[in-house]
Amino acid sequence: MPFAELFFAMRKGGLPVSLSEWMALMQALASGTVQPDLTDFYRVARAVLVKRETQYDTWDQVFEAVFGSDDLPTEAASQLLEWLENPLPVPELTPEQLAMMEQLPLDKLRELFEERLREQDERHDGGNKWIGTGGKSPFGNGGVNPGGVRVGGAGGGRSAVQIASQRRFAAYRSDRVLDTRSIAVALKKLRRLSRKEGELELDVDESIDETCRNAGELTLAFRPPRKNEARVLLLMDVGGSMDPYVHLVEKLFSAANGLNHWRKFEALSFHNCPYESLYPSEYGRGDSVPTADVLAERSPETFLIMVGDASMAPSELTSRNGAIDYWHRNETPGLVWLHRLRSRFKRAVWLNPTPPEWWSGWTVQLIGSLFPMFPLTLDGLDQAIATLRLRTPPPIPELDVRLMGGR
Amino acid sequence: MTVTSKAATAPWQGTRDYIASDDLRRIVNVAVALGRPLLIKGEPGTGKTLLARSIADGLGMPLLNWHIKSTTKARDGLYVYDTVQRLYDSRFQDKDVSDIEQYIKLGPLGRAFASSERVVLLIDEVDKADVEFPNDLLHELDAMSFTIDETGKTVRATHRPVVIITSNNEKELPDAFLRRVVFHFIEFPDKALMSEIVQVHYPDLARELLDQALAAFYRLRGVDGLRKRPSTSELIDWIAALLAHGVEPAHLDKELPFLGTLIKKEQDLTAMQRARSWR
Repeated sequence: MPFAELFFAMRKGGLPVSLSEWMALMQALASGTVQPDLTDFYRVARAVLVKRETQYDTWDQVFEAVFGSDDLPTEAASQLLEWLENPLPVPELTPEQLAMMEQLPLDKLRELFEERLREQDERHDGGNKWIGTGGKSPFGNGGVNPGGVRVGGAGGGRSAVQIASQRRFAAYRSDRVLDTRSIAVALKKLRRLSRKEGELELDVDESIDETCRNAGELTLAFRPPRKNEARVLLLMDVGGSMDPYVHLVEKLFSAANGLNHWRKFEALSFHNCPYESLYPSEYGRGDSVPTADVLAERSPETFLIMVGDASMAPSELTSRNGAIDYWHRNETPGLVWLHRLRSRFKRAVWLNPTPPEWWSGWTVQLIGSLFPMFPLTLDGLDQAIATLRLRTPPPIPELDVRLMGGR
Repeated sequence: MTVTSKAATAPWQGTRDYIASDDLRRIVNVAVALGRPLLIKGEPGTGKTLLARSIADGLGMPLLNWHIKSTTKARDGLYVYDTVQRLYDSRFQDKDVSDIEQYIKLGPLGRAFASSERVVLLIDEVDKADVEFPNDLLHELDAMSFTIDETGKTVRATHRPVVIITSNNEKELPDAFLRRVVFHFIEFPDKALMSEIVQVHYPDLARELLDQALAAFYRLRGVDGLRKRPSTSELIDWIAALLAHGVEPAHLDKELPFLGTLIKKEQDLTAMQRARSWR
């Protein structure tokens, strides 16, 4: 496999390229479909190997890392161009062979690629090599001719590496923390909370109408299930550092409610950790609500979505009177309240706006063991919604009473 | 994978009424050559659905359109067995109801396979259907054949259809499905491409008006926090309005007349007034 570097760099960069996709690209190259220039290779390879626009940005970075810049093309770039000049037929692999190779760890796969390469070399003895410096390609070896790499595509447009280095697709990434630009996409994702995807129901009224119109010939009419039973309870941490996210998240969910007409939508807030009272959210008016009432009165089928950075002093979670506001005397530790919430609402998730690398703190770990926790990104939102929709929600861990009062 | 039909057709170049970017042109031809379905995503108004029509025109093939709804099942694309009609007919003696074949109606995918010539099949808005829908299609798209259970007959494609699939990102598509397609994300046209597109609609448009209108249009699209950013079709309508009222190009620098053709949402108008960055 020539320029297999690209394959491994993609895997390493987190792009889920499969061997069958890679082989499809090899076939495209071997069939002479691709013009021998880096720009054409860039777009064809992207179309065959990368299937989400959210991954285009990573692809651009990987591409640049493997093939270098215009001024400084890498060895891989010259190999590629060499290969494109004189593509060799690619061995057909059966689906079974592909599946077997998929199972291999990366280093084994690399060995296999290199082995295959040697075989090919022997078979085409004296011919153009797939890799290395002995080929008789007009491009010569080792990137002697940097200009050659830049053979322009049609109309002398931007070169591939230029495109790659511009990182035009950074805004489409799905692992950025949510911002106003991604709201439209996030809204679409939230629709999944309410949609009932089920068997069609018999529409009795419409069936009678249709049958009458059809002069008494029985005609059946069906319709998709319509009821939107979703109830959504949003609990947000409004402690200082959370401000920008709180605003965004509430706007997002209110907009989603407006679009989807959930059966019930409620947004309440807390400060670092929920205790016996919950407060109206940022825009809300009115008095605080006893948490006990929320627990008793809201349907257990409610989707509970907690938003917060889950970072606080351990005592705020585990101690009586641990609340951060010094006049606040809570009889019951915050962790107990969290456990009650989690136990009542089996469909619950926690969205955390801080990046997962920061989640090593004790309180984050503890809360993360109670609530399935996801980053506040499009990817995270996806996973959170998938978790909420699980037919069997994740089990509720026992409350470790030994934690209470200590620390 | 074998490509059953390596038609010696000329590559698709876009058509007179459909201006495609270099990237898109290349990818369409690569997908055709590879015989893999082409999955197209992109902002509303980037011409995803029109693309299939243009490919069909450009390659001189018939177009079959399969518009997906939330209730569409993969089987509907293959064939439908009209049992109710058969039940009706069984009450009268005028038809031979033992001949099931007459109650089998091929769906769009079935017709694409059965066609005697190579066709373009558009599977429009594949993300509207159930999440499992794309996976259900995979087997038939791979094998290019299917069996009608009721009659035991096999429908096999003699020519591999050119399959164009569009998605609006309403749902994540399954990985297994994505692995088998060629994917292209249509970026919103840049100014140069957009002026070509506009000129298709208004060949005699004065250069100055075009430049000013495009400048204003892209400024407007840049406003932060718009719910629905104006797209190509809105721009075309807007220019029609400008032309009809003979608006001076220089005027567009100060004020945007007929804003309602560009901005359709109340909130967006307020967002714009707040931003003011379009000035």
